[in-house]
Amino acid sequence: MMDIRCEINGRVHDLTVGASERLVDMLRDRLGLAGTKEGCGIGECGACTVLLDGTPVASCLVLAAQADGHRILTIEGLAAPDGTLHPVQQAFIDAGAIQCGFCTPAMVLCAYALLSNTLEPSEREIRTAISGTLCRCTGYVQIIEAIELAAQRMRQYSQ
Amino acid sequence: MPDEDHVTVGKAINRKDGIAKVTGATVFGNDQNAYRQLHMKSVYTHYPHVEIESIDLSEAWKVPGVVDIIVARDIPGNPILFGRFPVLVSDRARYIGDAVAAIASESAESAEMAAAAVCIRYGKQFDVLTTVDQALAPDAPMIHHDTQGNRIDYASHHLHDGNAEAVIREAPKVIRHSYATQFVDNGYIEPEAVITEFDPNTDTVVIRGTIQNPYNIREALAKVLDRPLNQVRVIQSGIGGSFGGKDESMMFIASRAAVLSLRTGRPVKAVLTREESFMASAKRHPITSNYEAGLDENGRLLAIKSLHHMQGGAYNKQAMFANWRGSIHAAGPYAIPHVCTDIHGVHTNTIFGGAYRGFSAPQVVFGIESFIDECAEAVGMDPVRFRLLNCVKPYDRLPTGQVLDPAFMPANVADLIELVCSKTDFEKKWERNRIARTEVGSTSVVAGIGLSITFRGVGLGGEGIDTGSATVTIDADGKVRVQSGFTEMGQGLSTTLCQIAAEEFGIDSTWVTWSQNDTAENMDAGPTVASRGIVSGGNAVKDACGKLRKRIEEVLLPKWMAPEGSTLHFSDSAVYAMTPDKELLNRIGFAEAARICLKGEGISLRSLGWHSPGPQYFDHESGQGPAYPSYLFGATVAEVEVDQGTGVIVVKRITSAIELGKAINPQIVRGQFIGGAIQGMGYALMEEMDCSDGYLHTRNFDDFLMPGAMDIPPIDIIISETDVHVGPYGAKGIGELGIEMIAPAIANAHANATGKRIRELPLNLERVVLGHAL
Ligand code: FES
Ligand code: FES
Repeated sequence: MMDIRCEINGRVHDLTVGASERLVDMLRDRLGLAGTKEGCGIGECGACTVLLDGTPVASCLVLAAQADGHRILTIEGLAAPDGTLHPVQQAFIDAGAIQCGFCTPAMVLCAYALLSNTLEPSEREIRTAISGTLCRCTGYVQIIEAIELAAQRMRQYSQ
Repeated sequence: MPDEDHVTVGKAINRKDGIAKVTGATVFGNDQNAYRQLHMKSVYTHYPHVEIESIDLSEAWKVPGVVDIIVARDIPGNPILFGRFPVLVSDRARYIGDAVAAIASESAESAEMAAAAVCIRYGKQFDVLTTVDQALAPDAPMIHHDTQGNRIDYASHHLHDGNAEAVIREAPKVIRHSYATQFVDNGYIEPEAVITEFDPNTDTVVIRGTIQNPYNIREALAKVLDRPLNQVRVIQSGIGGSFGGKDESMMFIASRAAVLSLRTGRPVKAVLTREESFMASAKRHPITSNYEAGLDENGRLLAIKSLHHMQGGAYNKQAMFANWRGSIHAAGPYAIPHVCTDIHGVHTNTIFGGAYRGFSAPQVVFGIESFIDECAEAVGMDPVRFRLLNCVKPYDRLPTGQVLDPAFMPANVADLIELVCSKTDFEKKWERNRIARTEVGSTSVVAGIGLSITFRGVGLGGEGIDTGSATVTIDADGKVRVQSGFTEMGQGLSTTLCQIAAEEFGIDSTWVTWSQNDTAENMDAGPTVASRGIVSGGNAVKDACGKLRKRIEEVLLPKWMAPEGSTLHFSDSAVYAMTPDKELLNRIGFAEAARICLKGEGISLRSLGWHSPGPQYFDHESGQGPAYPSYLFGATVAEVEVDQGTGVIVVKRITSAIELGKAINPQIVRGQFIGGAIQGMGYALMEEMDCSDGYLHTRNFDDFLMPGAMDIPPIDIIISETDVHVGPYGAKGIGELGIEMIAPAIANAHANATGKRIRELPLNLERVVLGHAL
């Protein structure tokens, strides 16, 4: 067991975690942040993606202990406290980028990470940003369109 | 259909479950927990086909946390689920996913440790039959002692029309080829999860989970638990994709967990790992197809004879239905005077086939559409002209004897062919590629273009009775609840059904809400399969709304002393009473109308909607009769680049024209089509489950490759709406049409590019470079 301190969705948490405890289990089982999903457990599907200091990571491959001293964003931390959706989330709805929704938290976080770096991503950059996350339902086309739509709206807001 | 007639139907309204899904709030199977829950783990056989002598649980019981362990003799009722699937095996394992015991423990980790501590003593190793040929060999051992030569019960179907054999014998031109497809997984990203619980107050076992077909599970569990149907209640959780798959695997874990819940009195949660899900869930059946055709000198198809074998695995509950669909579709949408189709299902000691989007169509459409291209080539025609010459036209007769009456099935496939071909400049490119390939070396990158067409029977047709249910309730504030007997698993059905209710009541779609299915609340609607949610589910919603409108009318018109023949109209969130002379008599808000009925007059505003097409008349001996109430039609062009050195096929563009009746929500229709098409692309190029020696070697997503965001070509869809009267507003269901045309279009494009024909899926690197699998 070891003690860690990390910031999760803007709040500092002090936790005692097991040496082999995975980040995905810490988030889901200990903190009840069930929006992070597990689809394969081996880093292939990307459903467990969270942002570690702004960078997407597969939380099934990260130990809870490795979160010590870092900032984590999960899907639960993206909308404003009053429930207003982030433009990326709204764009996913408006563009029809959701079907079963199991990949959606990961896809939204990947898109958010991308748009935090650039508001003018090329289509290739968008594809690359989500290429670590599998979606079996949508065929990706509407997800790519959603991210383009979000970028466009965010450019408008930032002007 | 003229869209101006509809306010909500035909509009791309946002999904009802969108906010929950983008915020991560949707509760999927594994997100459910219950107070004092136990965790279940199944113990699997180590060998695919083996006698089991004994199961020693003593070490497993010693693992701290273990609360209960069950083996086959602990099943209170019938130990066999549908299709010979055992809940647990006791004396013999027939495939690598067979389980011998299930453990309930305080934690998932201890359940897993205990599972590993179970000691199975094996006896005789039987021959492992992994192919149809092995299983059908005259001296093959029997996987089940009471089947006919390892044939799956009730899975042989025949469609015999005319005298194909004699015609082929005499035909000026005869072509013969065989095609084969592979096992593929549904590939849903969410693995199966369930939580079972016994409610002593109601003496009911409650099952919540990622269940595609709740009524199937209820029926199976009632038998296993030896309880009446009303003491088994299935409530769906959010479902992270299913495509047909979350059925048999859910029966396994739900039945084992439910037995453990009854014995321990505690909730039991079971979640499959990806490895378990791959091993114990349904795959798309492999089908081998042998085609023979007789043609005249002008390229007219005179007869097609085909024989198909579906590999079913050790147990099977779908081959009987899937093969029937296969028998109807195996000769494609062509007007052929003589057709003879035979299809069989065969048990093997492998993973099993079940439902996966398209059912048997992706396999037989790959066969027939590859074969049609080969027939065209053999008579020196291009694939477009050959199809235009031979495809069905309105009022043609299908081999089932069914006549394509445009009121129900427009049969505009020739138009669809022309649409996709002119949009892609098909014939010019096809000819150019054909000439170009002869001028370059066999290692260069070459371009190809391929066409395929299809027709798809709507709903279950002759597979079974296609009833549907829905409960619609209007509350006193005028807001509406829709609960359908069909399952939302991502396809958007809940939103579409809400749209239908909004349309029927003339209210905004935001006034309508929905809930996941609960077998305690709804009539058995049958399974959510065959793209039937929109036809059977939508018609049921319409039926319920119609009954409620009538009830409101019967309250309000007499109350307003409306003259005989007056009518009540629902629009703009209001009701309008009109006299027979079309004069407005009165108008009140919809909410006010609901309040008057409920609070003033004490009239119930809840209604059960029901859809039944009535019994099917189909002669299963000869395959003659109205197989389906209607068909969808489609044509697809795939454009590819083939790197002959590395074997990589890159799909550059997919163009499809589809006839679907009416698109109730164009955004959802587009998503369904694209999602299906990309699954079709995975099926064509990369997906394959390897169970070639009885062990499953494709264990997780590192072995089972599915398309990712980098692989996606542009997809153009031309939607042709037609005025047919089958589903609500003419909708026919689009869930499966996308998938089935892609593999043959890509295979035909590959042949156009290279001059070589690959007759086996997937068209992966080895097959492209070597011409065969490794
Ligand atoms: S669950 Fe972590 S990548 Fe699949
Ligand atoms: S929406 Fe189902 S996996 Fe992406």
